[in-house]
Parts: sequence; structure tokens; C-alpha cells
Amino acid sequence: MLEAFAQNLVYGVLIGALYGLAAVGLSLVFGVTKFLNVAHGEFLMVGGYASFWLFTLWQVDPFVSLPAAIVSLLVLGAVFYQALFSRMVKLTEGVKIQNTLLIGFGVSLILQNLALKLWTADTRSITTAYSGQVFNFLGIRFPLVRVASLLIALVLVIALQLFLRRTYTGKALRATVENWEAATLMGIDIHRVYLLSFVMGAALAGVAGALVGVGYSIEPGMGMSWTLKSLVVMVLGGLGSITGTFVGGIILGLTESATGFIALMAGGGLTYKEVVGLVLFLLVLVFRPEGLFGSKEG
Amino acid sequence: MNKIQITIIVILLAALLAFPQFITSESVLNLAVYVLLYVSIASSWNVLGGFAGQTNLGHAAFFGVGALVTRMLWFAGWNIFASMVIGALVAVVLALIIGVPAFRLRGVYFAIGTLALSQILLITVGNTFSTISSIPTEDLKVYSLVPRYYMFLGVALLTIVTAYVLLNSRFGLGITAVREEEDAAESLGVSALKYKMLAFGISAFFGGLTGGAFAFYHVGYYPQLTFGPEWTFDSMMMAYIGGVGTIVGPVIGAVFFVVLREFLALRFAEFHLIIFGVLFILVVLFLPDGFMGIWEKIRKRLLRRSK
Repeated sequence: MLEAFAQNLVYGVLIGALYGLAAVGLSLVFGVTKFLNVAHGEFLMVGGYASFWLFTLWQVDPFVSLPAAIVSLLVLGAVFYQALFSRMVKLTEGVKIQNTLLIGFGVSLILQNLALKLWTADTRSITTAYSGQVFNFLGIRFPLVRVASLLIALVLVIALQLFLRRTYTGKALRATVENWEAATLMGIDIHRVYLLSFVMGAALAGVAGALVGVGYSIEPGMGMSWTLKSLVVMVLGGLGSITGTFVGGIILGLTESATGFIALMAGGGLTYKEVVGLVLFLLVLVFRPEGLFGSKEG
Repeated sequence: MNKIQITIIVILLAALLAFPQFITSESVLNLAVYVLLYVSIASSWNVLGGFAGQTNLGHAAFFGVGALVTRMLWFAGWNIFASMVIGALVAVVLALIIGVPAFRLRGVYFAIGTLALSQILLITVGNTFSTISSIPTEDLKVYSLVPRYYMFLGVALLTIVTAYVLLNSRFGLGITAVREEEDAAESLGVSALKYKMLAFGISAFFGGLTGGAFAFYHVGYYPQLTFGPEWTFDSMMMAYIGGVGTIVGPVIGAVFFVVLREFLALRFAEFHLIIFGVLFILVVLFLPDGFMGIWEKIRKRLLRRSK
């Protein structure tokens, strides 16, 4: 019983790392540009399919093809940014959020139905030679690919944090978050900063999607659930904190798996674990809108 | 309204009332039912999303609750009209409960909060009512489409007339003021929360009523169906493409949506959603007033020429 519970929590942390990775992408875009890209989950789905087809058609290992997933999402993100989102840069914050929400929604509808047309509604997953491998530690099973995914997510989040703290461009991004008008006056090209953070957010979604395809499964309709999860995590973690967001992802994963376990023990449906994150989200919105780790000014 | 407009409305109304007397084809009647359903749900979404400018991404919750409660009461032997009204009122109660906390947060949090709410209901209802809900066999023997058509016509007319009366009243002025500039409206003594709650309540009521009509109409479905996000998203797109915040806009949007879907469904299923997505983006970017905006421009140009 206790062992089964611990096993569940481990699974929770492993999926939570991917929630965190996806949410960090969404949060980065929202923090810098105030664009609420609700097509984030569809970007993730596209990343998953890119990896899936590379593996199925040309037997490219999904971990080797991660750069390809990144590049395809960088391109996709840039296209959508230039064609649609770049028109929103100069709007006031409220209008900007509202309009990007609507446009993102249109984009998600198009991507989802295109995926349905092109690749059918089948659930797919990338099954490599080593997919079934697990190692045991203290009687708990650790699936190899999921542990590798967690490590990759961790490395990417740390790299992003270093990029934002240490590099000149990263500082320009953070300056834009603080005050974009002042940043423009200091000679920062706001269009470039927006474009960069938008495509970086898309690329993070792409990686998350590829990793979901290896450790779990993908399908055309997965986008909305992932967008919602990313939003939940973004609010949980508090806007503007990369580490807070990643930890928020793990908390969501843990909460879900614990709820799933309890629901299962109580004879309820496993799908209730999908509800708990949303309920948590509503509670945080009502009682602590600045997030669990955010500061009041956030 | 001028004389020409009144004449058009009277003719249209007469045609809609006489429609089932002349059309006996079941598929055409079903199509008409869906047009009226989408007119009602899009118009009810528009009361909050258009008039009040509060993007509700969880309208399906109210449609679904209306359908669920109506179906239960009706199957328990209640009169269908009473069941529908109770269903709609339950939807209003739900709106009032989540309205207070949700409106404390502005803009996008309201949108995401309502989406989260409808997803919670979707999953919970799917778990709780996992069997198909079918009209009992003895009732099915006397099932006829014509009363369903009139039911939907009634709901659609009631929704449109209410929206029209609201927009041309004190409420209309207040809610427009809140949408355009909330802080300025507040400083003039307009209670933003009161007006938003009113709009939310009315929107939920008619969303619930439409759901009730759906419960009366549909022979057999999984209760989860009525909570699906597509009800919300279709409503939102119909309102925007037709002309958000207007009375006629959602009506035109709904007719266009159903016709396009029928036209495309023969060759490519679900393709209409891609076209609708593209149109929606174009409207948001370039034509914030939708088809109604185009119509206004043409009308103004014609008027100028005739002078």
C-alpha cells in the first residue's frame, strides 16, 4: 500500500516535470509579451508529431531528434508570430491579452483540425527498443525514458534561467518584463525581444511534446488539456518566476497522482485526477491570485 | 425600427411559423432545429461576451446544466416547460456562484476561470452519468420533430427579443459603459459588478434554456456531450463572425455556421472548423464588427450615393 503510494508519487513527479516544462514556455511568453497563447498546447502536440514521424518514417531516435523538434517549433512559432501576433505588440495590456487569447484560440482550432485531417484521431506513442526499460530503487520502479525526460526538462529550465540571468539578451528580456517602454528608450528592440521569447516558448512546448510522445502518448485533441495544465501551473507558480513555475508543475503532477491514487482506492474513476488541478486553479485564483510562490507585486 | 424593418420581421416570422406546415422532410427540419439552437446559444453567449465584453469560455457549463436538469425532471414526469425553466434557473444559480469570485479578477482570469469550470463539469458529469440518456420507448413512439422545431423557435425568439429589449434599456447603456471603460463607469456611479452579474445571469439563463430545448429534442446522447467545449467555442465564433455585441450578428453567424457545416460535411467532415478558425482570426484582426460591420459599411456607402 505504502509502496504503491510512493510509486504513484514518483510517477507524479515524472509527469509533473513535463507540466513544468510546458508551463515555463507559456509563462515566458506571457511574462515578456503579455500574449496569452492558448495554442500552446497545440504547439506541444505538433512537437510530439514531429518527433513521432521522424521516428516512424526514418527511425530517428526521439532523444536524438529533439533538436529537430526544437527547430520545427521555432519556425512554426516565428511564422505565427509574424503573421498574427506581431500585430498586437503596441496594444494596451488588457486588449492585448484579450485579442491574443482569441487569436490563439483560432490557431488552436486550425492546428487541431489539421492534425486530425493529416494524421487521424489515433493515439500514438513512440516505442523505441529501450521504451520498456525500468530500474528499481527501494522497490520503486523508475521508467528509463521518463527519468531521462525529467533530466532534460531540468537541464532546459536551468539553461533558460542562466540565459535570462547572465546574458545580455536575457537581461533585455527581463528589462522588457519590468517596463517595456523604458526598455525601448534604452535601445532594446522590442519586436526582436517579443519574437525571441515567443519562439522560445514555442520551442519549449515542442520539446515537451516530443518527450510526451516518448514517455506517454499523443493525439490531435491533446492541446486543450495541455494548455489548461500549463495555465494552471503558470498561475500556481506565480507569474514571472521560472523556477516557481517548474516547481508548480511538479506540485500539479504530485497532486494529480495522489488524487488518482485516493480515487482508485475509494473505488472512484481515475479521471477525477484531471479535475483536481482545475479545482486547485480556481481556488488559487480566488484566494491567492499572485500564485503560491509569487510576490504581491508579481 | 422603421417600417421596412418591421415588415421584414413580420414576413420572416410568418415564414418561420409556417415552415413545418410546408416542409415535411426530416433532414430539412433537423437542419432548421440546429440553426435555431445555434442562434439561441450564440445570442445568449453574446449577452455577456458581446454586450458586457466578458469573454466566457465556459458557456457549455450552462448549456449542459440546463440540459441535464431538464432531462432529469422531464423523465421524472414533470411538464417540459417547467423542467426547462428550472434547468435554466439552476444555470443562473451556477453563474451567480462563480460570478462573484470570477469578476473580482479582470479580463483573462475570467475567461480561464470559466473554461476551468466547464471542464470540471465535463469530467465530473462524464464520471457520474456514464450511461446514454435515451427517451423512453413509449414516448419515442409518439416522438415528432414539429413540436421540437416550435420549441427551439420559441427559445430563439425569446432570447433575441430579451437581448434586444436589454440593449435598448438602461441596462444596455450601463453594460456598454462598463465594457468600454470600467473605471470611468464606476466613477459615474455605475456598479460594474452589478451589471456584469446581471449580464452573466441572463446569459446563463438562456444558455440553460437552450440546453433544456436540446434535452427535449435529442433522442439519445451521453450527458457529457452537452458539456463539451465545442458548444462554447462555436457560440463564440458565431457571435464574432456575425458581429459581436450586436443583436443580428450571432443570428447571421449561426445561419452561416450551420450552412457551411452542411455544405462541407458531404465532402470533408470537420473541415468547416478549419475554415471557421481562419475566418475567426481574420475577423479579430481586421473586422472587429464581423459581417455586420461589412453590412454597415455597404449601407453607409449606398446612403451617401442616394443623397
